[in-house]
Amino acid sequence: MRYSALSLVKNALTGNRNWKPVWRDASPKEAYDVVIVGGGGHGLATAHYLAKEHGITNVGVLEKSTIGSGNVGRNTTIIRSNYLLPGNTAFYEWSMKLWEKLEQDINYNAMISQRGVLNLFHSDAQRDAFARRGNAMRMNGVDADLLDQDQVRAMAPYLDFETARFPVKGGLLQKRGGTVRHDAVAWGYARAADQRGVDICQNCEVTGIRVENGRVAGVETTKGFVRARKVALAAAGHSSRVAAMAGLRLPIESHVLQAFVSEGIKPLVHQVITFGAGHFYISQSDKGGLVFGGDIDGYNSYAQRGSLPLVEQVMEEGMALMPMLGRLRMLRSWGGVMDMSMDGSPIIDVTPIEGLYLNAGWCYGGFKATPASGWCFAHTIAQNQRHPLSAAFRLDRFASGHLIDEKGSGAMPNLH
Amino acid sequence: MRITCPTCGERTADEFVSAGSAEVRRPEGSDNPQDWVTYVYLRDNPAGQHREWFFHAAGCRTWLQVTRDTRTHAIVAVAEAALAKPDVAA
Repeated sequence: MRYSALSLVKNALTGNRNWKPVWRDASPKEAYDVVIVGGGGHGLATAHYLAKEHGITNVGVLEKSTIGSGNVGRNTTIIRSNYLLPGNTAFYEWSMKLWEKLEQDINYNAMISQRGVLNLFHSDAQRDAFARRGNAMRMNGVDADLLDQDQVRAMAPYLDFETARFPVKGGLLQKRGGTVRHDAVAWGYARAADQRGVDICQNCEVTGIRVENGRVAGVETTKGFVRARKVALAAAGHSSRVAAMAGLRLPIESHVLQAFVSEGIKPLVHQVITFGAGHFYISQSDKGGLVFGGDIDGYNSYAQRGSLPLVEQVMEEGMALMPMLGRLRMLRSWGGVMDMSMDGSPIIDVTPIEGLYLNAGWCYGGFKATPASGWCFAHTIAQNQRHPLSAAFRLDRFASGHLIDEKGSGAMPNLH
Repeated sequence: MRITCPTCGERTADEFVSAGSAEVRRPEGSDNPQDWVTYVYLRDNPAGQHREWFFHAAGCRTWLQVTRDTRTHAIVAVAEAALAKPDVAA
């Protein structure tokens, strides 16, 4: 069924009893042209673009749990393309362009809201660094505006401008940045892929990758062996584990990142705002809750929960930026497993095993990249070569020295 | 998460600094670049028991080797780094 104003009215008048399931809950076939391991945002986007842009529809997406149960349903829903380094800028800007036309492309309301992403600076030196970043963005055709303190005050008068240890001096604003309903991204891509014939197989865990004569032959799953000409890994926090099934050792550690939501309040935070003197980002959901997060906990973890010291740290940073937060009650916190790469940038590449493709290392910035990641990964799988936009995201860059380290932290995944 | 320091007893994780994997071993003397790529960048990243360096920064300032389950955060063993077994394969 194609969604439209007419379909809404028709179903409302018939008591909303005739809506159909959004996608088929498929069982895996014996064989596919492409098997995608992982039914998260990136895997589902890859399936959609494989079908739509490359005409490859004999595709199975194998998800060990239910789609949307991983990081695509656990993030703070922020989209932006304010990257500095070559290799990143054009890729994330393409992602932003795909976000801007996503709802028409997949005929699904993803509640894309370009409310602006405002990165605050707190010193002269930081202003200069942000001006440099803004200039790099504009030279690459990305929008960026440097705001002074008065301009920020007009947008967010509740911030602690003068008395805090780190007074707010201004900010770098990307107006086209914003938020997207994260669950709807998973559901919308799933529905779009399903309509083109892709099988979405839930509760089907991949337990092994069969390689014959250096070429991938298929995957072992909890629902039996599935033969495949090509196998594409998009397993996020579990990338190291699935890659190990094919004998690959990745430059990745899995870490836990927590996020938080407060009780619902009237509209207050109209942008995404980030604290430049620490690591804290906040926005307000359409239900009214303030959604925010900070650093990863800092130790390897496959548990989808973190520990209390980090909760305390995030709250302290929030209070330093926005003292009124102290009057709110926290509603929920949750954790996701992040595939932290050694330079803080992702990998979209072919692998030494013929027919095996890798999409991993998104750290905790994978959500904004979902459309471009799917777009470039689909190209890589279909053409058996890197897409120009993701050409820098090579697996062998760690050996060749062509690292993309936005933060300059070095090979310490818990610092990116 | 709480870690039992051999000197100070059971303390909150807040007092410790996580200093990464203790499962890698520096390839002393090797002139093969791949050995160094493996050491600096590649990790087993296990879902299960994992040996890690922790520094008791807000306590006795001892370096510790902690064996921890990455699925549950349960601490399996704690040893002073100086006494920990160095026989870790890269």
